[in-house]
Amino acid sequence: MPISKSETGVPVWQHRTSKANLILWVGWLALVALFVFCWQVMTQDTIWYFVYDAPRQAADITSRMFPPKWGYISELWWPLWDTLNIATLGTLLAIILSVPVAFLAARNTTPSTRFVRPVALFVIVSSRSINALIWGLLLVAVIGPGVFAGIIAIALRSIGFISKLLYEAIEEIDTTQVEAINATGASGLQTLDYGIVPQILPAFAGITVFRWDINIRESTVLGLVGAGGIGLKLQASINVLAWGQVTTIFLVILGTVLVSEWVSAKVRHSLI
Amino acid sequence: MTSSSVASPVAGRPWRKRPFIVNARLRWSLYLGSLLYLVLAISSVSVNWSRVWEGLDRGWRFVEGFLVPDFASRWGDIVIGMQESLTMTLTSTVVGILISVPIGIGAARNIAPAPVYAVCRSIIALSRSFQEIIVAILFVAMFGFGPLAGFLTLSFATIGFLSKLLAEDIEDIDEAQAEAVRATGGGWWQIVNYAIQPQVMPRLIGLSLYRLDINFRESAVIGIVGAGGIGATLNTAIDRYEYDTAGAILIIIILIVMVSEYSSGYVRKWVQ
Amino acid sequence: MLRVENLRKRYRTGDEALKNVSFSVPAGEVVGLIGPSGAGKSTLIRCINRLVEPTDGNVFLNDLNVTRLGRNDLKQARRRIGMIFQEYALVERLSVMENVLSGRLGYVSFWQSFTRRFPQADIDKAFALLDRVGLTDHADKRADALSGGQRQRVGIARALEQDPELLLVDEPTASLDPKTSRQIMRLICEICAERNLPAIINIHDVVLAQSFVDRIIGLRAGEVVFDGAPDALTEDVLSRIYGEEDWAVLRRQHDSDESDDAADPKKPVEERLVELV
Repeated sequence: MPISKSETGVPVWQHRTSKANLILWVGWLALVALFVFCWQVMTQDTIWYFVYDAPRQAADITSRMFPPKWGYISELWWPLWDTLNIATLGTLLAIILSVPVAFLAARNTTPSTRFVRPVALFVIVSSRSINALIWGLLLVAVIGPGVFAGIIAIALRSIGFISKLLYEAIEEIDTTQVEAINATGASGLQTLDYGIVPQILPAFAGITVFRWDINIRESTVLGLVGAGGIGLKLQASINVLAWGQVTTIFLVILGTVLVSEWVSAKVRHSLI
Repeated sequence: MTSSSVASPVAGRPWRKRPFIVNARLRWSLYLGSLLYLVLAISSVSVNWSRVWEGLDRGWRFVEGFLVPDFASRWGDIVIGMQESLTMTLTSTVVGILISVPIGIGAARNIAPAPVYAVCRSIIALSRSFQEIIVAILFVAMFGFGPLAGFLTLSFATIGFLSKLLAEDIEDIDEAQAEAVRATGGGWWQIVNYAIQPQVMPRLIGLSLYRLDINFRESAVIGIVGAGGIGATLNTAIDRYEYDTAGAILIIIILIVMVSEYSSGYVRKWVQ
Repeated sequence: MLRVENLRKRYRTGDEALKNVSFSVPAGEVVGLIGPSGAGKSTLIRCINRLVEPTDGNVFLNDLNVTRLGRNDLKQARRRIGMIFQEYALVERLSVMENVLSGRLGYVSFWQSFTRRFPQADIDKAFALLDRVGLTDHADKRADALSGGQRQRVGIARALEQDPELLLVDEPTASLDPKTSRQIMRLICEICAERNLPAIINIHDVVLAQSFVDRIIGLRAGEVVFDGAPDALTEDVLSRIYGEEDWAVLRRQHDSDESDDAADPKKPVEERLVELV
């Protein structure tokens, strides 16, 4: 209780009780201590000379980055097309794979909460925990570099995202609408088609467009690990320290990301 | 007892479901356009099937490595990588939050003056427009290899993420509450402290925890370009075709993500 | 003709929702099922088409024992039982016509229903029903664009589209204002008379029930405590069904309903929904 009586009997109001205050302070202190400790551990091997030298390095790189090498842009159209395909085809593949996973993971549509649901949830968690770049790294090692590895990497990463949001949407549906369709004597598939799908369709469309937008971003850098797209050019330019080309690539990536963000916002807006 | 009593005034009237896009020409050109794109996109993906076929064997070895992971033989490297990842996750999240809060407040249209708003919004746009991995490349070039570059990358990315969402939250607050504080004669700081802070605090805590999560996942990626962390260890393991070690690292990542997701969900419930 | 024999339902929690309920409804008779909330009205109605599995007892629809049917036969049986729901239970993002046609789902193949290519006879019937409930012009609107009363009319049309031999009606007026409630009740009773259709209407508004139905069954704690003509529903009987105090409260509520015309707490929500569209 923040209100107590003082010795003279006058009520005293404090923002927090002294105990709450104590806990709060100890908490903050612990956080600061943890931060300092982490900082120490993290920087134990840092070569500070490089850090002091960083402003000069930054100035140096900046001066090499400008002006951008505009002529290089003609070499970027084809990788850009690949990037777009990686994102779009990857998203499509992910949709095909994640719809069943979502229905298996949703509490109200899964055939078995004890066996199937945990497996579906594990698929979702694994896919979500591992970044597209790591998937790319693995897939390039396994099936060789190229656009195909990129598509699979994007798809594997997106399954978790789409399935998770979709199964949450499925769990939130209005069951009376499903019950009503059931009561007409509809079969299981018909109940799905008439009772469940109309309810989740807007969420589903929004989720996939949103994910496509994220995938465009991620597919621009997949080339850094060899999985195709404009990132390959980025990697190549950095390797030869052609900073003018790097700037051009950055600007192209920036433009692409802005356009895809705009498209995705437009589409989502029209769907609601 | 059929419809004799409901003599139909409209027998034979056809009914078809109204299509989502009513304009038939637009609808068909959209269908055709998508089909054309798909054909073009898929045909431009050149897959080296014999390479993929060879890779299946390696893919299977990876699955085996994942199922029977090898924690022991590279345990030292894993520990160093995890240590770097975890420390840079924590420090970058803390620093990121500290910087994001003022920028987020400055980027809220309803409480910040126009010039401040413009500056803060452009900082956010700058931070959001590039993938962590690209930022990491630049920071590694400036500050040298190691977790310090990773820390800077993640802090920078955190600013864009948190400030934007915080600013949006502040813009969405219940104006009446701010009005009430203003009506008591409160100054700008008092409005922020009494009317805005209580409204956005739970969300801010939730978002910070979410960002902690994201930063950990990202810390596993930026190691690929030399910014320290478990990503570097993973990269090396995959390069050496040590799939059982890679599997062990991935399992650790998944576990940590699961634990942090579970506990942050718990904390978020507790905060609200 | 519906016959319910010794129906029991015990939920897994141990609650006994229905204890030995028996009655029968001849063709064309509209039965009002009244009772306090928790008396088992909703359970009883759902046990008849087995949306809720009864624990024991039999339900005969004409001569078919519904409680003994396997999955596929149950679907066949459900086609013959139309159901109208509290809160309408329309699929809100489908059009009015699709909602009405969903009453034919048990009769058409999955492919027909998936492509929305229903037989012309079904479409004719749907148009006729929409005409009957006064919604012909709304056929291609989305269900969530309609007002509460209109939605319930769609619900009625959907049930009748099944060509049912029995109508189960669960609190049809619970989310409607008093005036619309009367219109909906009148419509349901008229249609039952037109088609000589038996119906069970689960209803919490005693006065409304009395003024429309042919017969009333009073349920209390899972048992039938009254079965007779609406006129026989004396104060005495009502106190027995609802308990002394609750009945007094209920009657007072109803009086105020009549006076201010908008006492249903759910109404504002529904209005807001309509405004949103």
